[in-house]
Amino acid sequence: MIEDLILKLKKEIIEELNVENITPEEVDADAPIFGEEGLGLDSIDALELVVLLDKNYGIKIQASKEGPKIFRSVKTIAEYILEHQKK
Amino acid sequence: MMSTKAELICGALRDFNILPSKMDLLITRYMKLQDHRVSLNGNVEYTSEAESVDALFRSVYGYYNIDYPKFFKMDNLCKLAFLSAEILLQDTDFLQKYPGEQIGIILENASSSLEYDRKHQESIRDRNQYFPSPSVFVYTIPNIMVAEIAIRHKVKGENTVFISEQFDPELIYHYVSELFRNQRVSCCLSGWIECYGDHYQSFLFIIEQEDKIKRFKGLQEYVILNTLNMEELYKGKSI
Repeated sequence: MIEDLILKLKKEIIEELNVENITPEEVDADAPIFGEEGLGLDSIDALELVVLLDKNYGIKIQASKEGPKIFRSVKTIAEYILEHQKK
Repeated sequence: MMSTKAELICGALRDFNILPSKMDLLITRYMKLQDHRVSLNGNVEYTSEAESVDALFRSVYGYYNIDYPKFFKMDNLCKLAFLSAEILLQDTDFLQKYPGEQIGIILENASSSLEYDRKHQESIRDRNQYFPSPSVFVYTIPNIMVAEIAIRHKVKGENTVFISEQFDPELIYHYVSELFRNQRVSCCLSGWIECYGDHYQSFLFIIEQEDKIKRFKGLQEYVILNTLNMEELYKGKSI
């Protein structure tokens, strides 16, 4: 199940954050998504991810300090979604 | 060489103390992107058959071998400004000749950031579907196109964007002249960057001070900065 969610997230991130020249299959689910490595996302993208979780999964992130942990990689985002959708 | 007409006009302006007597400002390089054509110093460099503005900007990006992934996150106004600056500055030493703090960016356009203002408005209209996008909101100010150029080229000097119904060379002339006179800038990127829907037009040029110019590769002639010359270049006439 988490594999399906990871693939869905990769597609959403590429489409909604306008990440170019990469396919979902090429995104390493464990790689950092910010900075030079991985997808090279920036601070505006981080805000966009917060909106994406709210809009597409109904999950509101209240504490900003949780951000770096949740948004470390596509896999950590997927784990956070699964954990919080169960509740 | 400057045409006789331009020289006469420049001389007349100087007689009326509109231009400083010992400091001519010169347009040392200019580009245009309109009607699916890119021209540099009056010479067409690239023509595209793209069927949309998005596709056109992508094709220009590819043609000039630009490598800047953030380009794809920009709105079309910023893409146009960014591409115009890339084309204008590529293979030049402007950024090495002047410290970033001494390079200004003074632009004009008619539609401000209206396209993304409307997009943002759409995203907040329904209170039950209230998901404003940060990456849209960030482009709801026209000055962001200056910021994109400044970040890319490490330009830190005076900058602003004026909203005007049409290209207003007189405003640019007076504003930029004042910046040079007050030694706020030693070099300035200026011009018209307009984009809304399918309509786009850019006319961007570099202004330098005559006494600072020792050598410039690839351009044999300079154009004195005045309203008439800017208007003529904007309309595509040779000076």
